[in-house]
Amino acid sequence: MHEFRFDPVRMPAATETLRSEVRAFIAEEVARGAFTPSRKSWSSFDPDFSRKCGERGYIGMRWPREYGGHERSALECYVVTEEMLAAGAPVGGHWIADRQSGHQILRYGSDRAKQTILPKIAAGVCFFSIGMSEPDSGSDLAAVRTRATQVEGGWKISGTKVWTSNAHRTNYLIALARTAPKEEDRHAGMTEFIVDLSHPGVSVRPIYNLYGGHDFNEVVFDEYFVADDMILGGVGMGWKMVTGELVFERSGPDRFLSTYQLLLESIRAIGVDPDARSANEIGRFVAHLATLRRMSTSVAGMLERGAQPIVEAALVKDVGTTFEREVPETFRHLIPTEPALGDGASYPELLGMTILRAPGFTIRGGTREILRGMIARGLGLR
Amino acid sequence: MSEMRNDLLKTVDRIFDEHCPKPVRESAEAGKWPAALWQALEEVGLTRATLSEEAGGSGIEFEDAMFALRRSAYHGAPVPLAETMLAGRLLAAAGIEVPDGSLTVAPVQTNDQLKFVKDATGASVSGTAHRVPWGNVCGHAMVAGELDGKGMVGLVSTAGAAGSVEKNLAGEPRALLRFERTPLIALAPLEGALSRLETEGALYRSVQMAGALERTLEYSLQYANERIQFGRPIAKFQAIQHMLAVLAGQVAASSAAADAAVEASRRAPDEFAVSVAKSRVGEAAGKGAEIAHQVHGAMGYTREHNLHYSTRRLWAWRDEFGNETYWQSRLGRVVAAQGADALWPMLSRL
Repeated sequence: MHEFRFDPVRMPAATETLRSEVRAFIAEEVARGAFTPSRKSWSSFDPDFSRKCGERGYIGMRWPREYGGHERSALECYVVTEEMLAAGAPVGGHWIADRQSGHQILRYGSDRAKQTILPKIAAGVCFFSIGMSEPDSGSDLAAVRTRATQVEGGWKISGTKVWTSNAHRTNYLIALARTAPKEEDRHAGMTEFIVDLSHPGVSVRPIYNLYGGHDFNEVVFDEYFVADDMILGGVGMGWKMVTGELVFERSGPDRFLSTYQLLLESIRAIGVDPDARSANEIGRFVAHLATLRRMSTSVAGMLERGAQPIVEAALVKDVGTTFEREVPETFRHLIPTEPALGDGASYPELLGMTILRAPGFTIRGGTREILRGMIARGLGLR
Repeated sequence: MSEMRNDLLKTVDRIFDEHCPKPVRESAEAGKWPAALWQALEEVGLTRATLSEEAGGSGIEFEDAMFALRRSAYHGAPVPLAETMLAGRLLAAAGIEVPDGSLTVAPVQTNDQLKFVKDATGASVSGTAHRVPWGNVCGHAMVAGELDGKGMVGLVSTAGAAGSVEKNLAGEPRALLRFERTPLIALAPLEGALSRLETEGALYRSVQMAGALERTLEYSLQYANERIQFGRPIAKFQAIQHMLAVLAGQVAASSAAADAAVEASRRAPDEFAVSVAKSRVGEAAGKGAEIAHQVHGAMGYTREHNLHYSTRRLWAWRDEFGNETYWQSRLGRVVAAQGADALWPMLSRL
């Protein structure tokens, strides 16, 4: 059995200075009306805000200076992220590039990819999408059908990606494609490509979500050229790239702070003298949050030490997203409200928006069922 | 894991493996004191592990003491180790010399109050304390209360004080102690003595539950891999795998919450962290025990299988020193009173 563990992490003193700086920056932005916390989330796309984060050094924090990074620690990076999320800051523009794509390029990209792309990500002007899922390949990622065929100087990619958040306004995506026919080892023969979305020949069509919003898209490649030096980690290394990337998607504070704004506004609405039931539920959620934060910072600490805590990350996401989904379900009983359609300008709208977004929490980044399967494997059951 | 922690793990596991087999656990529930087990714990200094060396301790860090306590719960050790560690730490905090042998604490029920009187002839305690853990077994009790509005702790012999003895769900004795102007061996002020006893007790029970939960996961994994149905180990069924994954999540969360509370309570119990721990671990105890039993089927419902040594402890301990509702409400009131905007600074301080 894999012995999962959540070693304690001590936040170095430097992180607290940084924390105050981030809080001051966010307070300033809120004060000048740049965003309203309850109306935004970590998936809100706001290029102006991203550019400012870049200027302040809050993107690519762990990367070397030569690529525009700031050579900070994983824990400093964690502090900035959690402060942004807790404040409801619109970090959706640079989110994917900062959280995972950039890390992958830094570790596995060619010199040209590193030199041309990373400084722009760090400056907050270059955004990424994820190119994993396809119409017939969701949880079963190894079933991808997007193909890349070798041509002179590179590869031609054909296929369709779906649920591609923000592809209509990002600059790149990292596409998982099959580069060799399927064999017995279904995880072999796949490769990851950094795909520049600005060239002609790629079509991006909206897929509207259940409340009418346009975040994700269908992206179709037809013989779309990608140069050799835009391969990540080498030909045939796609599965390793994907699983490594997913660790970043599964343990961060984004996996338990998605409904934090609703929790806050609910506490505000209940007031300073809660009845017994409200006090009980608020306390329960705070206990869960404090525990999740401890588990999540612990994974950040392990990432910092170069470990690949796959099972621990899956545990954080499973426990975290279960918590996130309970928040609207509980407060609707405590604050009787008919949830309203809208973007969170009032409590009923915030509740309504959260209810409508909630199904996604336990699907994106690996469904609950896939995660539980991974945990089971870690426990030696498969 | 540090080398020190690793050595400690080996030492305590060796003691429990040797002195805490099933017959010892069974006879302890029938009322027989596991003398050899207790002696072994005393010999390596674990019963005085929460004391500083000046106070006669064994030079063990608080976090290591709590780790040993967690292992004792993992092994289902039927001894008042938590109570002895707790009484010792509070007595030492008040500057009272800690006697040898097993110790308990009183009162542990919200409605019980002990009255201290101090006059020219000395100090005494009066009153009744219900369901005192191991109260009929331990030689001395640390008693907490107030005198002239100030928090006090005292040390008293339990000789002749024990009345009726009940048992908790785990078969651990819970005794009525009656004091009537019983002379105190020592009495000294300790700020917020009663609340400190309650919070510290909740911390120790959280740590113990984290240990018992670890064991329920191990039992469940082992059973699922061994039990064959429909021609294969039940571990191969997705339904079982997902149940065990959820159990693992509860175990991971309870460890994290208990560890955080221990770390925050090195010198004195941290109320916020302990509220979080007792709330979260208590919830995990119920949910975890339910899954473990479901995985074990009828076998786990027998006296013969060992699972109940862990799950009955979970069902007992989650209601001692305040259940989840008590600690959640307390936490919720603090959070609400400080206002929504104070929540994040509070959480990120941990």
